Amino acid sequence: MSAEALLSVEGLTVGFNTEEGPVRVVEDVSFSVVAGETLGLVGESGCGKSVTAQTIMRLLPSPPARIDGGRIRFEGEDLVVLPEPRMRKVRGDRIGMVFQEPMTSLNPTQRIGRQIAEVLALHRGMNYTQAKESVIDALRKVGIGNAERRLDQYPHELSGGLRQRVMIAMAIVCRPKLLIADEPTTALDVTIQAQIMELLKALQRELGLAILLITHDLGMVAEMCRSLAVMYAGRIVETGPAATVFARPRHPYTAGLLSSSPRQARRGERLPSIPGLVPPPGKRSTGCSFADRCGRVTDRCRRELPPLASFGAGAAACWNPVP
Amino acid sequence: MLAYLARRLAASLLILLGISVVTFGLTFMIPADPVAMIAGRNSTAEVRAQIRHQLGLDRPLPAQYASYLGRLVQGDLGRSYARKSDVGPLIVSRLPPTLLLMLGAIVAELLIGLPAGIYAASRRGRTGDKVAMTLSFVSVSTPQFVLGLTLIYLFAYLLNWFPLGGYGSLSHLILPALTLGLAGGGWYSRMMRSSMIEVLRNDYIRTARAKGMPEWRVILGHGLRNAIVPIVAMVGLDVGIFMSGVVVVENVYGWPGIGQLMWQAIQSLDIPIIMGVTTVAACFIVLGNLVADLAAPLIDPRIRLR
Ligand SMILES: Nc1ncnc2c1ncn2[C@@H]1O[C@H](COP(=O)(O)OP(=O)(O)OP(=O)(O)O)[C@@H](O)[C@H]1O
Ligand code: SF4
Ligand SMILES: [Mg+2]
Repeated sequence: MSAEALLSVEGLTVGFNTEEGPVRVVEDVSFSVVAGETLGLVGESGCGKSVTAQTIMRLLPSPPARIDGGRIRFEGEDLVVLPEPRMRKVRGDRIGMVFQEPMTSLNPTQRIGRQIAEVLALHRGMNYTQAKESVIDALRKVGIGNAERRLDQYPHELSGGLRQRVMIAMAIVCRPKLLIADEPTTALDVTIQAQIMELLKALQRELGLAILLITHDLGMVAEMCRSLAVMYAGRIVETGPAATVFARPRHPYTAGLLSSSPRQARRGERLPSIPGLVPPPGKRSTGCSFADRCGRVTDRCRRELPPLASFGAGAAACWNPVP
Repeated sequence: MLAYLARRLAASLLILLGISVVTFGLTFMIPADPVAMIAGRNSTAEVRAQIRHQLGLDRPLPAQYASYLGRLVQGDLGRSYARKSDVGPLIVSRLPPTLLLMLGAIVAELLIGLPAGIYAASRRGRTGDKVAMTLSFVSVSTPQFVLGLTLIYLFAYLLNWFPLGGYGSLSHLILPALTLGLAGGGWYSRMMRSSMIEVLRNDYIRTARAKGMPEWRVILGHGLRNAIVPIVAMVGLDVGIFMSGVVVVENVYGWPGIGQLMWQAIQSLDIPIIMGVTTVAACFIVLGNLVADLAAPLIDPRIRLR
């Protein structure tokens, strides 16, 4: 898998300087995204998915955010140490990003045509007139009808679904190799969610786009993703081909998620709840963070951190994996 | 939009009416008898009574107010006691210098305040931010006459860059405008800083960064327009804030505007001029507020006038 990886995150560790001192939010996270394929990154709210995604784009303001270790390899470069001017050439051009909050992610005072054209101005040096055609083309690609008229609209004139399509248009207008979609449909209602997912699949086919799809929704993973990484309390606890993990989860957390939803997880289902609470960053023990909620817990789990160990095509971080 | 305008205009008229009551009341609060001033100290009681009658001061208050308002509506601000001329034309002739001074002060405070605030926001919590905010504090807390005299001493007397005072050319304008506008510049730098910091927290700022935009373009291209809305609203209000500063600054610099006129009128207790200037100033303040409200939606299309 790693041979043809477009993006490979290795041992990424991210912390924040807070008033109560530094906290680790993402710890030793590794995964890779193969060119043209989709990797699903799932996990409960607050486990560090967005922090991971925004760290790849180096969008977190520093301070307070800090990359404490690891590498982010993308097309032969390490984004962790890439100087800012060169990082700017990656953002928006080689990696596009769509955010969790479609309602607020567009500038309310600018017409959407200009906001999309801006990406082309930055990376292709086009003025608005030159960019217009590509912008209309991008709007058509994301399924926005009547594109010429939409150009001159303001975000508040568009629905949430349309705004997210505009965000996607903005992310793909320079034809990036990788799209990071951070819960692109969480804020939208179910029918719109399905449409956006279809759209992402179509764009992937058309543009050969690799997608890092962050989601709560196991059904979405089953439908969209070739491979899967499960995050818990800032760490990857299980990873592997989606089919393998769904068929035979090895980490008790993954197993818990899947057992409460049918094996053929349907779209629209949120992560089922497992009793107990995720330990907040800074309050994590030296052992396995899942210990307090785990049915298979042993003494060792609380003492020692389980490393990610291979099981066939996948890997899980557990001392007593599900057989 | 038209309905909004109509309602705002009606409200403004009501406010002006209220102000006319207050200015009218002013006449009776000032501890000086205008009759004595016109007639002179040694006048007889009959002469005083006659003057009182001529001025209409022997009539009941509501009647006096009604005729005052009636004249006001026709643009008649009365006659100066001391200058023996009509107040209206007097004020009109003194207005252009004052408006010029205010315009200069607005330009000065924006040229100082906005860049300083943007800079401080972009260096938030670092040395540059702290230096800018300290300077802003100093500029806000310096009294205008101290600032005026200091500037005159440094730049007019010692360095000879500008004339010592007077009116006539751009170089006459610069020091008075700075004096009037510097405190506002300090305020604006603080407002701009906090407004910009607030705006930079928005999700669309993150979107702009995700496009690969350099930070200064993010700030100027996506932050500024949104951050500046509350500031623009303030510019209209400045006209009101300047009204008192104008009296000080015009006197320090010998600037022949309504501030100087007001000062002289206060010294000679020339009540019609005091009332006239107050009324005109009130009109400007109300107008400034109106302009501030109407300008907001031009900058931010989400703000709808209702
Ligand atoms: N600026 C910050 N300072 C301190 N802690 C932060 C900061 N930003 C995020 N965190 C913490 O990092 C953790 C992970 O947040 P993140 O937004 O990545 O979660 P997430 O997995 O994306 O959740 P969700 O599914 O709700 O989007 C949270 O516990 C959050 O409190
Ligand atoms: S390491 Fe122990 S506590 Fe953690 S998931 Fe595995 S069995 Fe449960
Ligand atoms: Mg998130």
